Amino acid sequence: MISLTHYLVLSAILFTIGVTGVLMRRNVIIILLSIELMLTAVNLNFIAFSHYMENPVGQVFVFFVMTVAAAETALGLAIVVAMFRNLETVNVDEINQMKG
Amino acid sequence: MTDAIVLVPLFPLIAVLANLAFGKKMSETAVGTMASAAVGASFLASVVAVLGLINMEPGHRLVEMVLYEWIGSGAFSVDIGFLLDPLSAVMMLVVSGVSFIIHVYSIGYMHHDDGFARYFLYLNLFVFAMLLLVMGNSYLLLFIGWEGVGLCSYLLIGFWYKKESASAAGKKAFIVNRVGDFGFMLGMLFIATQFGSLNFTKVFADAPHIFHTGDPMVILITLLLFVGACGKSAQLPLHVWLPDAMEGPTPVSALIHAATMVTAGVYMVSRSHVLYDLAPQTLLVVAVVGCLTAFFAGTIALTQNDIKRVLAYSTVSQLGYMFLAAGVGAYTAAIFHLMTHAFFKALLFLGSGSVIHALSDEQDIRKMGGLRKIMPTTYRTFVIASLAISGIPPLAGFMSKDEILYSTFNSTHPGSAGIILWSVGVLTAFMTAFYMFRLVYLTFHGESRMDPEVEAHAHESPPVITVPLVILAFLSTFGGFLGIPVLLKYNVMHNWLGPLFEAVGGHGGDAGGAAHHSLSTELGLMVFSVAIATAGILLALNIILKRPQVAEGLKSSFSFLYNLSLNKWWVDELYDAVIVRPLWGISGIFWTEFDGKGIDGTLHGIANGAMGSGGILSRLQTGLVQNYALSMAGGVVLVLLWILF
Repeated sequence: MISLTHYLVLSAILFTIGVTGVLMRRNVIIILLSIELMLTAVNLNFIAFSHYMENPVGQVFVFFVMTVAAAETALGLAIVVAMFRNLETVNVDEINQMKG
Repeated sequence: MTDAIVLVPLFPLIAVLANLAFGKKMSETAVGTMASAAVGASFLASVVAVLGLINMEPGHRLVEMVLYEWIGSGAFSVDIGFLLDPLSAVMMLVVSGVSFIIHVYSIGYMHHDDGFARYFLYLNLFVFAMLLLVMGNSYLLLFIGWEGVGLCSYLLIGFWYKKESASAAGKKAFIVNRVGDFGFMLGMLFIATQFGSLNFTKVFADAPHIFHTGDPMVILITLLLFVGACGKSAQLPLHVWLPDAMEGPTPVSALIHAATMVTAGVYMVSRSHVLYDLAPQTLLVVAVVGCLTAFFAGTIALTQNDIKRVLAYSTVSQLGYMFLAAGVGAYTAAIFHLMTHAFFKALLFLGSGSVIHALSDEQDIRKMGGLRKIMPTTYRTFVIASLAISGIPPLAGFMSKDEILYSTFNSTHPGSAGIILWSVGVLTAFMTAFYMFRLVYLTFHGESRMDPEVEAHAHESPPVITVPLVILAFLSTFGGFLGIPVLLKYNVMHNWLGPLFEAVGGHGGDAGGAAHHSLSTELGLMVFSVAIATAGILLALNIILKRPQVAEGLKSSFSFLYNLSLNKWWVDELYDAVIVRPLWGISGIFWTEFDGKGIDGTLHGIANGAMGSGGILSRLQTGLVQNYALSMAGGVVLVLLWILF
């Protein structure tokens, strides 16, 4: 029997992988993917709690999160394209124009 | 009819505004005509108003017209209003009349000048301010006019601002006048605190009730006011600006620095005669300062070589006479001399302007001579004016100067002050006759000492210049008959001004009062002063024209006195050493030490501190998104740890 704890552990692992990806990877696209991973972990939390607490509101939240995530990814990719055209790179460690 | 006084200052003001708006687009003729017509209209309005005043009963000739309340603050209030009484009537007529003549003259004199419209703008503004000065019904309004004429004087002295000396002279006039104005303002503040009002009628009505004769407060007030008068009327020790003011165009020297503005101090003292009569000690100071100035400026005028500077020192000297008259309580004589002086001194300046114009801007009398035949009209009018200022009967200057000397002789000042002042006055009259005729002989008589090139172009001036000269010559000749001495019954000036100056004060100093009037003394003094003046003229004739070697000999045997006079008693150098240079030194220290190091240093220190700390802190801003994300994640972890444990 798979308990709530299993889901939460899986979610935590996914989230940590996402955070690690955001912090460690250089490629902007991978970073975007990692953000998706973090969102997925959050979604998994919502679904699990929704199921075990027998409350459908959590699932409604997931729909919203997925919609916003899709929009965010589209926007992020557009920014990446624009950035690449201007700077000819997608590596975040080379993008430090805002350095003080 | 007296309501016409509102129009008097209005016309020049309208002309100023019109000139400001359209002056640059109008032709020279249009600008000059407009400006002159405005002042002419103002003169006509004055005549109408004064005719109305004449119709009133003597002793009750006073019209106060309040236009509106300007400042209202509790019990204290100042109105915009005009005062028409015999004194302001004389001043209005003299100011607008002489201004009109000089405006017309200026059309010819300033012909083809680049700043033609600007010149008439300033000149009209001056007339407006001067009329405000003489017509205002309170000290504050007088002060506005006072500052207004000072501003116009500054603007017109520095009219040819591209000339270094002209703009420096303008600044000098302005700054020296500031000293006087400071005294005037203090005096005004004391009046305001003592009387709770600045209105002439109220102050003069209350003065005898508030102060007893010789009250320290009234002495202080009158002395402070006199400091202001010293600045404006170029009396010792604030006389230094007037000779330098000759850098301005000559008609300006005639109008502002001879006929009208510089007499504002005399007007103000006469206007405040009620206060001065309550302070005999101040009157003595006024008389002594006036007398010393007359003498001092006279000695300088003896040796100056610039035609306008001789006239400038002569003006200072004559202003000294006016203060001498005021100081012995003979206000009528002061105002009378103010009027006649306006005529003949304006004429002298305009005549010198005519000469300067004809000689391509040559002002050095050593490079003139023999102009009598080339410029007959200028010559004749100039001689009339010189005779008038020297005090030869029956010209205007004789009438007024004689009255001043007589009043001085009879003055009520303690001890033999009157006799001493009178002697100095007579000595000055002798010098006046001498330096004026030295000027006449060097300029118009003898052999020509002109540059041949200048001489070839020398010519008599056009009618627009000579007609004003003739009018003024007429006034200088017959203007004096308004105040014939001896025949007091027919003395128009006394009948006109006498009630005003005696009504409130009750001071017996006015020599017009029959109290100590002695016909034989007056006739004797008169003959004596005429003889002295004639002697001065004859001396000039002998040693300047006929035997110049005598003058040269005197020059070398009294070289100290000669240099003293030529270098104006080194007053400018004295002020330079005692005031200007130390002030410069102190300013320099304040500039580098206080301003440069103190204030700027502090500000730069603060700015550098901010920059430095900013530089250190800005290293945190790496610009790398992942660094930010890492610190954020670290922060979240820390917060979670904080919450959980």
